Amino acid sequence: MSLPLLLGLLLIPLAASVYAVAAARQPDCSRRVYGVTLAVAATGLGIALAHLLTASTPETLKLPLGLPWLGAHFRLDALAAFFLIVVNLGGAVASLFALGYGQHEKAPERVLPFFPAFLAGMNLVLLADDAFSFLFAWEFMSLSSWALVMAHHQDPANARAGYLYLVMACFGTLALLLAFGLLAGTSGGYDFDTVRASAITPGFAALVLALALLGAGSKAGLVPLHVWLPLAHPAAPSHVSALMSGVMTKVAVYGFIRIVFDLLGEPVLWWWGGLVLALGGITAVLGVLYALMQHDLKRLLAYHTVENIGIIFIGLGLALAFQANLMYASAALALTAALFHILNHSLFKSLLFLGTGAVLTATGERDMEKLGGLIHPMPWTALAFLIGAAAISALPPLNGFVSEWLTFQAILISPELPQWLLKFLVPAVGALLALSAALAAACFVKAFGITFLGRARSPAATQARETDRYSLAALFVLAALCLLAGILPGLVVDGLAPVVSLLNGGARLIPQHHQPWLTLVPVVDVKSTYNGLLVLLFMALSGTTAAVLIHRLASSAVRRGPAWDCGFPDANPAFQYTAGSFAQPIRRVFGSVVFQARERVFMPPPGDLRPARFKIELHDPIWERGYAPIAHAVVAVSTRFNYLQYLTIRRYLSVVFGALVLLLLGMVLWR
Amino acid sequence: MALIADYLVQGCQMLLTLLLAPLLTGWIRALKAQLLRRRGPSLLQPYRDLSKLLRKEVVLAASASWLFRVAPYLIFSAIWVAASLAPTFASGLLFNWTADLIAIVALLGTARFFLALAGLDVGTSFGGIGSSREMMIASLAEPAMLMMVFTLSLLAGTTELSAVARFMLTADVGLRVSLALALMALVMVAIAENARIPVDNPATHLELTMVHEAMVLEYSGRHLALIELAASLKLLLYLSLLGCIFAPWGMATAGAGLTAYLGGVAIYVAKLAFGGFLLALFETSIAKMRVFRVDQFMGAALMLGLLGTLLLFVSRSL
Repeated sequence: MSLPLLLGLLLIPLAASVYAVAAARQPDCSRRVYGVTLAVAATGLGIALAHLLTASTPETLKLPLGLPWLGAHFRLDALAAFFLIVVNLGGAVASLFALGYGQHEKAPERVLPFFPAFLAGMNLVLLADDAFSFLFAWEFMSLSSWALVMAHHQDPANARAGYLYLVMACFGTLALLLAFGLLAGTSGGYDFDTVRASAITPGFAALVLALALLGAGSKAGLVPLHVWLPLAHPAAPSHVSALMSGVMTKVAVYGFIRIVFDLLGEPVLWWWGGLVLALGGITAVLGVLYALMQHDLKRLLAYHTVENIGIIFIGLGLALAFQANLMYASAALALTAALFHILNHSLFKSLLFLGTGAVLTATGERDMEKLGGLIHPMPWTALAFLIGAAAISALPPLNGFVSEWLTFQAILISPELPQWLLKFLVPAVGALLALSAALAAACFVKAFGITFLGRARSPAATQARETDRYSLAALFVLAALCLLAGILPGLVVDGLAPVVSLLNGGARLIPQHHQPWLTLVPVVDVKSTYNGLLVLLFMALSGTTAAVLIHRLASSAVRRGPAWDCGFPDANPAFQYTAGSFAQPIRRVFGSVVFQARERVFMPPPGDLRPARFKIELHDPIWERGYAPIAHAVVAVSTRFNYLQYLTIRRYLSVVFGALVLLLLGMVLWR
Repeated sequence: MALIADYLVQGCQMLLTLLLAPLLTGWIRALKAQLLRRRGPSLLQPYRDLSKLLRKEVVLAASASWLFRVAPYLIFSAIWVAASLAPTFASGLLFNWTADLIAIVALLGTARFFLALAGLDVGTSFGGIGSSREMMIASLAEPAMLMMVFTLSLLAGTTELSAVARFMLTADVGLRVSLALALMALVMVAIAENARIPVDNPATHLELTMVHEAMVLEYSGRHLALIELAASLKLLLYLSLLGCIFAPWGMATAGAGLTAYLGGVAIYVAKLAFGGFLLALFETSIAKMRVFRVDQFMGAALMLGLLGTLLLFVSRSL
């Protein structure tokens, strides 16, 4: 019964979209629309959760929609249910946040109609069970999110972001279209059941993998296809950014998992795992290095999404490598790690984007160099943002650490892999993962420290006010979930077990909720264990004991005074460390290699009254070496053929005739 | 009854680490003074310093937030938990399985995260310089440490420290290239993480060379006491790690009885004293390096760790 219910539920946001088109300018419209999406997403979340935890068989449904000879197939299985949870949790919290945040929207008619549609589109992708409905829903999701990116299109930067997003989305869908074409084969069975049943040659299977990497990877933000993401995600209003970065990238990962783990089926070749693993490792490190160089808070978060997608793909690549070698128990660990990180990232990335939204409402600024000291006027937002920052930096006892720990454990059981290339690749990727985790901590010390700590760097930051109650509720729901998933990881792992066994030929991790103290025990014979609950208890106990004892027995006196600063306190807030100066050591160590970072100092000679200048030069290697040449080539070719636009009708006809003759000749020669 | 005894032993380990940590710091300071032909302070000086600081009032900068006041407790508790979960005088204690070596590294990461934030909180340039350099050093030290963990876990088949210690006592470990590389990596990381020469100087107050001291510059009173104690605990933790992994001899096993535990404590103290002696000797015989040479130093540690892991992925006998 869940599936018809879910599909029926999706009609409500579509109706809300239609309503919003008509009534966007009415004062209550924003509240009504977000209230409806909140209710719908919460219901969807409940249904999906119930299905994941109780149902054992997938539900299917065929509706007479879409292509007449195909119909629209829908299916709700464990994989779809898990991703529905991720999508609807993110959607519900974003709607809750928007109940307050949406009041400040200057152009509600450009946001309100598309937000429910976007949510419905993401849900529909997960339920689709044939290539046509999948691609239709995928495009629906892309276009509605594009409209949201273009909400503030007067800003030329946003218009450019929207253009780039459109180009990359078209490219990604093209790749997926070709992948489904190959999967369907010459017989043209486009519903997923036929695709699963049909065999495919290894060469075509490899091509499908490559196309899935291009199609889903471009939407998820896999390096080098990530370029649109740090431009487009920040351009949208913040609750939409949270959905795009925290949730839509997960839908893209779902597309990859569905195609590669489910539809493609056996046999898996070992180098597929190697390829995905290597891409994941590179994506993780480059993503965080890019993020460290940013001082636009939203762009920093968007680049950080790229890093986390890399971590997810590391887990998926390991799982593929294990499956290729028939090591299903190990594959179960790697898959669990990847799925756990998908859930975690949707939680803390949504939290951080929503927190940025609160900052944006309070100050009108996203540039960290103009913020600072926000912890004083906005203590609750700061606390929630801090929890998100600690979680994403993989600090125990929060949830980010658990999924990274599981990924590390999966790496540590991989020396049994027989292929030599994997033997070298896996530890190298492990080092990349460790490096990206450490750099992420640096990145979020910067993001939180420069934005919320220190002294205000602009009048806007001085006059900030705490955000509204709806927004705070949304922030703290997510923060609490980050903590809960961190201290009770065993329950999450048990919840993921049906998904893992679906994708992994029935193998899953051992049940965790029987373990004493709810300890996480991924592999029985390895005996590496972690207990977030006890770590939290120990920390809370020792911290409070120390605080109570010291305040009782020693001293609890406090005196406020000027900062010490080695005897030279600076009254001017501009003397503080900035985002740029905080990142300087890392820019010098890593950036000089990756970004050819150069610092140029212009010091005027004595007597010259010009100010001294300090300039940082950064080069984006992927844009400059990868995309710029392609763009140049496209422009050059189209300029060259520009004259074709101005021919007479006679010439056009002869061109058409010539093309026809050529094609027919080609047909004749081919036969 | 046995369970209560287990709780007691675990509690004793927590207290032991807390009590021994300032003594270790005092021991190293005294040795360094002797090596420099100074008389030096008494071994108990760190305890006196701590009790004096605890009783003094806190002078808070006007721009300090609640985070600045909470951070010392967080840092202290994270490092104390890490230090008391690593095996010291006995392996296989009640809560050893709570956190494996990766989690201990990450707990130290938690402490560092909040210390760096506290450095930025007041909004002075010294705090910022300390935080930013600390995170740069950590961005290389933490992966190096994790690669060392990988090497160990590939040999011992687990990341849990008690099991690693037990494995290192068995005969089939032998002399291995990978272990030598891991030992070097761990020593280099320990030096960097504890802000020792040549990476940082714990005795300096020369502004531009300091990292750790710059971050805690604004702290005073009980907050400073907690941070100093946490720093001592961290040093003790790293020496415990070195002892439990590379010199696990003489460690009591769980439930071995009081005499065995006492013997374990005596051997543990001897190991700490020897480790402290080596550190003092090393620190007095080397000069501090420039900040932008540290990345090469830490990069070398990372490469050593990676090399050790790679060797083991290639062959389990190396």
